[in-house]
Amino acid sequence: MSLLPNLIFAIILFSGLAFFVRNISKLKRNIYLGKDVDTSGDTNLRWINMVKISLGQGKMVRRPIAGILHIIVYLGFVIINIEVLEIVIDGLFGTHRIFSNIGPLYGFLIGTFEVLAALVFVAIVIFWFRRNIIKIQRFVKSEMKGWPKLDGNLILYFEIILMALFITMNATDTEFQLNNSGNIISQFFAPLFEGLNLNLIERTAWWMHIIGIIIFLNYLYYSKHLHILLAFPNTYYGSVKPKGQLDNIKAVTNEVKLMMDPDADPYAAVDEDTETQDKFGASDVQDLNWVHLLNAYTCTECGRCTSECPANQTGKKLSPRKIMMDTRDRLVEVGNNIDTNNGEFKADGKQLLGDYITNEELWACTSCNACVEACPISIDPLSIILEMRRYLVMEQSAAPVELNNMMSNIENNGAPWPYNQMDRLNWKNE
Amino acid sequence: MSDSLKVPTMAEFSVTGKQPEVLFWVGCAGSFDDRARKITKAFVRLLNKAEVDFAVLGTEESCTGDPAKRSGNEFLFQMQAVTNIDVLNAYDVKKIVTACPHCFNTLKNEYPSLGGDYKVMHHTQFLKNLLDEGRLTIQGGKFKGKRITFHDPCYLGRANDVYEAPRDLIKKLDAELVEMKNCRKKGLCCGAGGAQMFKDAEKGDKEINIERTEQAMAVKPEIIAAGCPFCNTMMTDGVKNKAEGQIEVMDVAELIANANDL
Repeated sequence: MSLLPNLIFAIILFSGLAFFVRNISKLKRNIYLGKDVDTSGDTNLRWINMVKISLGQGKMVRRPIAGILHIIVYLGFVIINIEVLEIVIDGLFGTHRIFSNIGPLYGFLIGTFEVLAALVFVAIVIFWFRRNIIKIQRFVKSEMKGWPKLDGNLILYFEIILMALFITMNATDTEFQLNNSGNIISQFFAPLFEGLNLNLIERTAWWMHIIGIIIFLNYLYYSKHLHILLAFPNTYYGSVKPKGQLDNIKAVTNEVKLMMDPDADPYAAVDEDTETQDKFGASDVQDLNWVHLLNAYTCTECGRCTSECPANQTGKKLSPRKIMMDTRDRLVEVGNNIDTNNGEFKADGKQLLGDYITNEELWACTSCNACVEACPISIDPLSIILEMRRYLVMEQSAAPVELNNMMSNIENNGAPWPYNQMDRLNWKNE
Repeated sequence: MSDSLKVPTMAEFSVTGKQPEVLFWVGCAGSFDDRARKITKAFVRLLNKAEVDFAVLGTEESCTGDPAKRSGNEFLFQMQAVTNIDVLNAYDVKKIVTACPHCFNTLKNEYPSLGGDYKVMHHTQFLKNLLDEGRLTIQGGKFKGKRITFHDPCYLGRANDVYEAPRDLIKKLDAELVEMKNCRKKGLCCGAGGAQMFKDAEKGDKEINIERTEQAMAVKPEIIAAGCPFCNTMMTDGVKNKAEGQIEVMDVAELIANANDL
């Protein structure tokens, strides 16, 4: 027997995996373009969050229809992929259904896969209808035109084709159908192929199935679909503090303490350990921290954040989902820039602020945390908005006039309005 | 009534060498805004009635820095925070109550890492405790059967997971608590947070407070209860626009003070 198919299989498999690993290492490099951020502590809570939110899909069912359909696809994806192990062994060693000799358990497993494949198929069709026919609002917002829309549909087509190929390869496997164990779904499709060259169809479906899986794996890097991998680290590194708590910038604390300390010597040599910062806030992706950037790659553009955003609901330009998409798109651009310039970023005259995200979007945020609460995988758009506001205010003094007035009131008389601090207790006698 | 308010300051306390049970952080709105001052006074009347040994900072209080921080001005925020912490620590303050969820959030979550570690409570939590300890009773008669809906302030609810204290208080009024479609974790913002209170909204097709007021109107309440002076302003404006004279906007503390004829 010729070893050619085994060889071709090995080449496809390993080059597919190698390409994937190469892209993942690029992804990792891009994420670490972000600044360091303290994620220590609360390890137990972090694990619990990951298990509950990611593995357990805890927040998905808040929207029951999308949630349950998603759980079907998720379970189907995870469980049916056990079959890939057998496909890989068969492919490499020229065997056929190597695990089929484990007895009735094999039938049970394949039967489970078939049922799941059918359920996934139905769920995907419903998903497609929701996006393209019913046009649920969050899927057709302005940031979802063009590639994001196509991306969403391509993923659905991939999945539907993979499921169809799986059922086809089972339905046309004469021996598998004769054994009549595990062919719960495929037995109904077997008659469709009667009189055709079953062996040819089975082989074609088998090859297309595994090649499809390898292509899909490599498609992830270019797609919003990365969430199937990144949701896990993202829910682990998601905030474990109360949502209302924003970080205090340490470098500012040092300066403020120095200013407030009457004994401080303003001309003293700067201690090397003292944290200093040459730029406050963020105008580009490198100014954000790596968890922000992980957030951006993890976003799968479901739009739950945007549909809960009070600014977006009332027609403002702000969309928390767009904040995440812009951050990711700019990060990809910066990454490509580094690739083409031999590992170094060459200034391209662009930045996240202005070229992607406008001031108008940033100032429309009420910091209400609805987006953070809505995200099913712990993404925090508010934190990025705040970093960019910090840049606007502390580096550019570019706050809206009314906010500058408010801030000078606080500076001068300790209240956001122009009232005298000495009048603070007047209410008592009125 | 106001002439009978007892509002001692921390400075007065420190002269006597005694320490109050709790510091009442009034906040800028509670001190200066006409509508919010009524909430401040209602809360003080309840504290007086329950004979709570409290004090205020008075003229020594200053903005917590919340709107500055959320506008992105970290310097101004930390200057305010460090100044306030100096004052609070000099008086050896351990426990703070405030009727403003923004002050509540900032004092509770953002002051500790700057050296200000206090037990901070929202006034609805504090009132709930007084009730549980039997120090305060609520007479329900006045609001019996009234339809009241509670608007969750973002900085109390989502930001700090306090959802039940204000609702427990409203239920004690024998009122009919009706929930809006978006409540608790899904509560819609009133439009004031993140320093929006101090500026015009960006261009859109609607004001956020109108949207929220319409959500409230959908459950046909007689009263919209609030737990935040800024929400109160926004909802009051919304009601003026959409349902003038039909719906009242009241703070939870005002409801209770009112029920007790205070």
